[in-house]
Amino acid sequence: MAIWLTENSKIIVQGMTGGEGTKHTRRMLAAGVKVVGGVNARKAGITHEGLPVFGTVKEAMEQTGADVSVVFVPPAATKAAVREAIDAEIPLCVVITEGVPVHDTTEFWAYAVSKGNKTRIIGPNCPGIASPGASNAGIIPADITTKGRVGLVSKSGTLTYQLMYELRDIGFSTCVGIGGDPVIGTTHIDALQAFQEDPETDAIVMIGEIGGDAEERAAAYIDEHVTKPVVAYVAGFTAPEGKTMGHAGAIVSGSAGTAQAKKEALEKVGVRVGRTPSETARLMREIMSS
Amino acid sequence: MDLFEHQAKELFAEYGIPVPRGIVAHTAEEARAAAEQLTGRVVVKAQVKTGGRGKAGGVKVADDVADAHAKAAQILGMDIKGHTVHKVLIEEASQIAEEYYFSFLLDRANRTFLAICSASGGMDIEEVAHTAPEKVAKVPVSPLTGVDRARAREIAVAGGLPQQALDGAAELIEKLWAVFVDEDASLVEVNPMILSADGQVKALDGKVTLDDNANFRQAEHVAYVDKAAEDPLEARAKEKHLNYVKLDGNVGIIGNGAGLVMSTLDVVAYAGEEFPGQPKPANFLDIGGGASAEVMANGLEIILSDPSVKSVFVNVFGGITACDAVANGIVSAFQLLQSRGEEVTHPLVVRLDGNNAALGRQILADAALPRVELVDTMDEAAKRAAQLAAVGA
Repeated sequence: MAIWLTENSKIIVQGMTGGEGTKHTRRMLAAGVKVVGGVNARKAGITHEGLPVFGTVKEAMEQTGADVSVVFVPPAATKAAVREAIDAEIPLCVVITEGVPVHDTTEFWAYAVSKGNKTRIIGPNCPGIASPGASNAGIIPADITTKGRVGLVSKSGTLTYQLMYELRDIGFSTCVGIGGDPVIGTTHIDALQAFQEDPETDAIVMIGEIGGDAEERAAAYIDEHVTKPVVAYVAGFTAPEGKTMGHAGAIVSGSAGTAQAKKEALEKVGVRVGRTPSETARLMREIMSS
Repeated sequence: MDLFEHQAKELFAEYGIPVPRGIVAHTAEEARAAAEQLTGRVVVKAQVKTGGRGKAGGVKVADDVADAHAKAAQILGMDIKGHTVHKVLIEEASQIAEEYYFSFLLDRANRTFLAICSASGGMDIEEVAHTAPEKVAKVPVSPLTGVDRARAREIAVAGGLPQQALDGAAELIEKLWAVFVDEDASLVEVNPMILSADGQVKALDGKVTLDDNANFRQAEHVAYVDKAAEDPLEARAKEKHLNYVKLDGNVGIIGNGAGLVMSTLDVVAYAGEEFPGQPKPANFLDIGGGASAEVMANGLEIILSDPSVKSVFVNVFGGITACDAVANGIVSAFQLLQSRGEEVTHPLVVRLDGNNAALGRQILADAALPRVELVDTMDEAAKRAAQLAAVGA
């Protein structure tokens, strides 16, 4: 078992016929992932990359038994695409699209809540989720790590890859890139809870960055609910106040959102925090070899 | 993007929100002319994108035209929390009966919007929120239902506003919600929202933060970009669609992915602590997932034109884009820069890891580019780049 995404997951791609959708559908297929179709209302009925294209998420689910959707549509169309996935009650919707207006994300999140949260949303602006050896929904490279018993949750794409790569000999149960936007569908806490409950995960790596207080809240959650060892890394110690560092959510405003505050909150509850990604990998290595 | 107060108020006025009459002045002379036009007592207000301006002496009342000139002369050029005052807003003085606080903002933690309202507005609102939180109402607002007049009135009541202010406040709050939604703002704040002596509720100040992700549907927002305050290198980078932030160190940084680049800044700063002069990162530059030769060349060009840069650290983890493509990008970047008549005069420390890293390193080794060094790990490469910057290579 991994979390949220297993070898039985059947994936559809919303926006499969677009440039990014095509490229990553091809990559997922090459990695042996069960992609079963695509969705594009204007191209329903055609075959693309050898897969059927459906008019709606609902139809795609009915025809293929899909239970995961990966969204590659442009920012302007993302809100509608995610609302459609929520209406179809697909269990998992992974939103890769970068640059979604925060009003749109807040609205589709409120919509998901109003519909009883039947769809788990990951992202937006995230690399997706990978359960090595089982499945891979999104743009995480399939071949940089192996199957193992470490769970990873991260706001950053490339830092996810870095840690997956550094610990490739130990391997991962599931790696979740939750995205760096101010509002996201799946949080550090959601992933921590799932990893804590997953019998095939022994330890957890958590990667955070400046902005907001998600890491502080995750620390409080770990203190209460997580018994498995957690190591963490926080990026952005030297980021100046008031300058957005690439991710829309990565900004230090006033005293809130600093890397130092996050590190202190995590260390206070017994989480070991690495100074660099490599040191973080070393800390996890120590835990897994003891 | 944050707006200046005068821009926020111009926006408010477009939505029918009552604001005092005001004129922007860039010189004391312009301030005199503005005061003449407005007649009577005026307020001279520093236009800076930071809070605490009143306490810093950036807001002054002027009794007449000559006084407006004098006060503007004092305030223009002032430094407020690192922001130089380049313009002032000359505004008709309001007869204030009471001061309230109001804002709509994004509540990241709860993934919803929030209205904050208090009858205890003014400069000390943060103090009030701290010592008497019960006086500051925080009301969640669902994006699905929004704020109509009735809801706006409920929020004003929750904030403890007095009976005589409720109608005016409800109208103002409803219109502010329209600004918040229609303009894709993540913050609209009015502090103080006042009840004037003649019973009107007005926005005496305005703070607005707009969501840059919404620029594709907010075409007119480009007019708010403050070109004067933009760092020239940042402006050039933006023209080339590069995600670049100027910092004050001397190690140029190029990487892929916002998180990895942020992490690179930290690792370089730590490494720099061990060397004389404590070299620090000169910039944040994320070239994104598909690092083409052109993007790499544009990035290198921006970084090398920063006179404070002494060494450059290229830190790439090959994910979607394999390292051989990145290495080819670096080689082509050197050729492209040469063809543009620019020579790479600073040492370049390159760390490639991930997808096809060995092939990428081989390509760089074979190209034998002048002043390029390959280092295996991120930590070691950061150390080497800091060392090179310290010796002023």
